[in-house]
Amino acid sequence: MNMDYSGHYVLLSLVMFAIGATGFVVRRNAIVAFMCLELMLNAANIAFVALSRRVGNLDGEIVVFFVMVVAAAEAAVGLAIILAMFRNLESTETSEASQLRL
Amino acid sequence: MSVSTVEQESLLGLIPLFPLLGAVLAFLVGLRTRSLAGWIATGASVCSFVVSVLCFQHLRDMSSQHELHRVAAAGAHGAHSVVESGYLALESSLFQWFAAGGFAVDFVFRFDTLTAVMCLVVTGIGSLIHLYSIGYMAEDNSSPRFFSYLNLFMFSMLLLVLGGNLLVLFVGWEGVGLCSYLLIGFWHKNIAFAGAGRKAFVVNRIGDAAFLVALFLLIQHFGTVDFRELESVISLMDGGVALLTVVALCLFIGATGKSAQIPLFVWLPDAMAGPTPVSALIHAATMVTAGVYLTARMHFLFDLAPYALCIVVCIAVLTAFVAATIALVQNDIKKVLAYSTVSQLGFMFVAAGSGAYWVAVFHLVTHAFFKACLFLGAGSVIHGCHHEQDMRKMGGLIKYMPWTAATYAISTLAIAGIFPLSGYFSKHHIIEALSHAGANNEYLVDYIGVFSTMMKLAAIMTAFYVTRSFAMTFLGKYRGHAHPHESPASMVFPLVVLASLAMTGGVFNGWISLQDWLGHTIPVGESHGGGESILAALSHSWPGFLGVGLALIFYTSLQEAPARISRMIPPFTKLLEGKYFFDEIYRVLFVRPLEVIARTLWKFVDQGVIDGSVNGTAAVVDVSGEVVRNTESGQLRFYGLLMLVGTVFLICFYFAL
Repeated sequence: MNMDYSGHYVLLSLVMFAIGATGFVVRRNAIVAFMCLELMLNAANIAFVALSRRVGNLDGEIVVFFVMVVAAAEAAVGLAIILAMFRNLESTETSEASQLRL
Repeated sequence: MSVSTVEQESLLGLIPLFPLLGAVLAFLVGLRTRSLAGWIATGASVCSFVVSVLCFQHLRDMSSQHELHRVAAAGAHGAHSVVESGYLALESSLFQWFAAGGFAVDFVFRFDTLTAVMCLVVTGIGSLIHLYSIGYMAEDNSSPRFFSYLNLFMFSMLLLVLGGNLLVLFVGWEGVGLCSYLLIGFWHKNIAFAGAGRKAFVVNRIGDAAFLVALFLLIQHFGTVDFRELESVISLMDGGVALLTVVALCLFIGATGKSAQIPLFVWLPDAMAGPTPVSALIHAATMVTAGVYLTARMHFLFDLAPYALCIVVCIAVLTAFVAATIALVQNDIKKVLAYSTVSQLGFMFVAAGSGAYWVAVFHLVTHAFFKACLFLGAGSVIHGCHHEQDMRKMGGLIKYMPWTAATYAISTLAIAGIFPLSGYFSKHHIIEALSHAGANNEYLVDYIGVFSTMMKLAAIMTAFYVTRSFAMTFLGKYRGHAHPHESPASMVFPLVVLASLAMTGGVFNGWISLQDWLGHTIPVGESHGGGESILAALSHSWPGFLGVGLALIFYTSLQEAPARISRMIPPFTKLLEGKYFFDEIYRVLFVRPLEVIARTLWKFVDQGVIDGSVNGTAAVVDVSGEVVRNTESGQLRFYGLLMLVGTVFLICFYFAL
């Protein structure tokens, strides 16, 4: 009851974030990259909640709310972009949308 | 003691201004109407002449108001040449040119008696030659450019003679060198002609380098370049002969380049590539006399450096002799006259080196008359024979071109030094001055005998080769293929004027004594009491009679004789015909090594280092751009990776600090 397991949760958060980051960089499908993005955000949420419990007050959990709202809005916008991209390029591969370059 | 009068005269600035405006106007107007350019240029030249005459009259009025004291001739070495009195000049200071430290230079024109003579010669003969050129260059499409250059030359030459200090003189000095280059290479599409222009400019430059050294030495030691200030400082100098000798020699080397003496005369024969009016104006009457003018101007310096004067005489005598020998075997009529000019300039420097500067100027004036007439006559012949210059293809032209022949004949007798034509008086004075030179100059005493003999031989040869050219061109039967005709009036008129001047110039001197007139500015000797008797004068003309007579015999009756003589002594003939191989020797000694150095510098320094570093800088920018470009690939995943890596780095640094 008095043991502080927040370290485990932060480690979980770290692993989840790493998986999300690697996935974002590696995967070609835009929707899968998006999912990895969500994974990274949720990893941050877990870290916030765990540490909020350790600190004692509820500030961390309030932040989680904000993050979730932002994630939701971002998901909406992002999916709209992917839809537009699919309409123009006939594909969801991230390497196809590389026209903004030198 | 020294009563010198210098008055302000604002008209002086107009003398060089007219040709300068003429140069610009002739070119611009010539773009529209080609034929007007010549008249504009001639008009500018004549205006300049008129102003020169006005200033001359002013000066004459000044001189008649003063008692004339002659400038005492330089005594034995150690004595100083003192301007006793009577220095007269008109002055006009246009603006202060620059002041650096304690050294200030004004752009000053000073019109004293020496300058007056030079101005009248330059503008007078210049105007005649401009008029002549209108006829000569009538069919040439680039004639506006020609007249523009000719006026530009007049401007530079007038700057040279009007300059009140060495720097203004040097501006004119360089200017005439430039115009000489432009005019020699006027028909620049012909590579050989352009090369001749380049050769003239480069050889001139060598002399100019020495001139600059002299200039620097003067500025360093005396802090001024103004002629009057230098004269007053230097005449009062005690000792320091070594410095003065070095400066004098450097100035003389500059004069050698401009006035075509040994060793820098090689450009003048090549300069005949230019149109004949150019040869007449620049390479006979005016530019090449700049060296003589400089020497006369700086007489106070030379008088205190007897060793330098000795060198001057040595080189002058050698040049006069060698050039005369080369002229004996030339077949191109202009080349004969070119070598003749070199030789006659040698005569002028002999006079200057003997301390008789006024004699040098006198010969300068008479030479300008008859040499310009000879050159213009040659031009008339070339024009009439449709650009034929080889005398072997001429002959008998006296029937077709009587006026040209008559004026050429008069000038021939003048240059041969036959009494009573002008050339006799100036030549006679030169030989006399040389014979008296030993009295003033210890270095020369031993050589006077040899030099006098060489000069007399040179005089005989002068008469000979000029008469030879006259005989080959005008006498006998016509050997060519063209249809010769007399030249138009615009070309004949200057010939007549110049021939008349060549005829009367000497007697004219007796009437208004040039010696006394120049005595206001440069040292002159004792005035010759009365004239010599006519019989004595005729007997003194014997070198002229001998040369003329021999040439007439050889080239009219005994046609075979010259060829036979040259066959008898082949090595000697080869030496003369090869022009003593000066060009070839220079080519091996100087031109080739310089070409090698230039090529090496071009390949390794200009192309390798300089072009390499500029191109290399561009290449570096190019390559680094290619590398940096990869960060903007447009690939989303790559951007994500970069952001990730960047974040990791940030966190590491945050914890490291």
